[in-house]
Amino acid sequence: MSNMENVNSEHAEEKTKTKKKWITPKTFPYILVFPAVFLFAVFTVYPVISSFILSFQASEGGEMSFIGFQNYIRLFNDGLFYQSLINTFTLLIIQVPVMITLAILLAVTLNSALVRFNGFFRIAFFLPSVTALVTASIIFIILLDSNYGIVNYVLSSIGLEKVSWLNDPFWAKVSIMLVVTWRWTGYNMVILLAGLQNVSQELYESASIDGAGKLRQFFHITLPQLKPVILFTVVLSTIGTLQLFDEPYILTNGGPNNSTLTVIMYLYDQGFRYFDFGYASAIAYVLVIIIAVLSWIQLRLGSDRD
Amino acid sequence: MSTSTANPQRKHLPKKIALYSLLAVGVIISIFPFYWMIIGATNPSGEIFSIPPSLIPGTYLIENFINLNESIGILRVVFNSLFIALSFTVLSLLICSAAGYAFAKFTFKGRDAIFFILLLSMMIPYHVTLIPLFRIFVELNWLNTYQAVILPQLAYPFAIFLMRQNMQAIPSTLLEAARVDGAGEFRIFFKIVLPTMRPALAAVAIFLFMFQWNNFIWPLVVLNSGEMYTLPVALSSLIGLSDIDYGQITLGAAISVVPIMVFFLILQKQFIAGILGGSVKG
Repeated sequence: MSNMENVNSEHAEEKTKTKKKWITPKTFPYILVFPAVFLFAVFTVYPVISSFILSFQASEGGEMSFIGFQNYIRLFNDGLFYQSLINTFTLLIIQVPVMITLAILLAVTLNSALVRFNGFFRIAFFLPSVTALVTASIIFIILLDSNYGIVNYVLSSIGLEKVSWLNDPFWAKVSIMLVVTWRWTGYNMVILLAGLQNVSQELYESASIDGAGKLRQFFHITLPQLKPVILFTVVLSTIGTLQLFDEPYILTNGGPNNSTLTVIMYLYDQGFRYFDFGYASAIAYVLVIIIAVLSWIQLRLGSDRD
Repeated sequence: MSTSTANPQRKHLPKKIALYSLLAVGVIISIFPFYWMIIGATNPSGEIFSIPPSLIPGTYLIENFINLNESIGILRVVFNSLFIALSFTVLSLLICSAAGYAFAKFTFKGRDAIFFILLLSMMIPYHVTLIPLFRIFVELNWLNTYQAVILPQLAYPFAIFLMRQNMQAIPSTLLEAARVDGAGEFRIFFKIVLPTMRPALAAVAIFLFMFQWNNFIWPLVVLNSGEMYTLPVALSSLIGLSDIDYGQITLGAAISVVPIMVFFLILQKQFIAGILGGSVKG
């Protein structure tokens, strides 16, 4: 500071003066944001850019060198990548609608004046949301064991065939969907329940006076009023499912026959099993584009019909 | 809420039975896996698979614990997980609330641009950063360290966003009055701003803690020796073994979830607000 030289008072006073000069309402915000901006720049912005550059590179003798679009070309001819995309989208298209429908039904039921103890039910349904995905998957390995699991025990004791849950390509996908549904339905239900509580009671009252039944009220008041919240849960669940990793890694390790290999699992394999950083980065960027496009479509669909 | 017609008790009875049975099935599906985990954790490995299955907790808890400690060093692993999750939560809370305060209550160069980039980054899947992050930590020679797990997500955009939203409610006149009284900026932040933000801080802290406690793919990538593993990574290493000891694994699973559940049952409102990240107020 230049004016410090003119100060010839005591040392202590000088210290407080310079301190006051430094930290002012003008400079303080920079001090406040600095740690966040620095960490964000190093550990998010740089990696996002670097990953983009890497997707045009390949490792040659430890050094990365440019190879143009070759990673992307290879990706579009990679059967296993297509398989992982198909698997991920199969999970997405079936699991998300089922889960959101269930969550809406539960939320509407708990919101109904007929049901008491809704505090208890809300907590009980939310409980799975506090488990780690890895933990949830481990519990389901045990529940779904083909020979001795309790689910098959129950099935066979009511006279049904045992199901080869984790060892059959079809049922392995179903198993993944079961874990995800168990883990997230209550989470979505609580969001929807909060949305329902914002729907004005007057709408229902005037509909009742007009003689509209409960079912009509559900389709003509509840669903339209809840639409923004439903959209929010659908977008969140879509993004989550497209990034599925923990559950298939633990439950099936992508098998049997790659039937539960997801895009992120494939990225993990390419990046950290084969250390093909360029190729893995290309996979990551294709996923970025897919997520961006899907979110955009969902938000457009959501706002257009208003 | 308005109760509609004259004799509601009778009229609604069948409906009520249907609703409650639906809910009861839901509750059983939600809770049974937890109960089954306790059965598994207190029985020897084969027992949970006996036919017919035993439905009461066994007495093998201590043996399972000893075995689990022998195979993955569960005490060390729990310490790793706790240390990482707690230091991450404290540091991230400080960094994100400081940034949130700056965005909410100050004007400065680049504020809107930086905030926009933070929001934008929430749309990008975290996995895009995995490979460059890994290369950074190789370069720093920090593979297999606590800081490798803690550092990357400290500036958590969503937490910054939430703190900013909450801090906008602080009246600027309050801050001005403190300045007139001669309080320094740091003093205002720590003694006035943060204490009034307690409910928001609690929710964000739970959000951050749960994120890190459950974090899997990044620790899996960056940690490579058993004594550094966090709980999810250590548990996943047990799955890969050819001869799986289910007593151990379910106990490990229980250890990862039961303490969290207890906290959840005590602090339900804060937890729900925290896990949902402020999209819903408990």
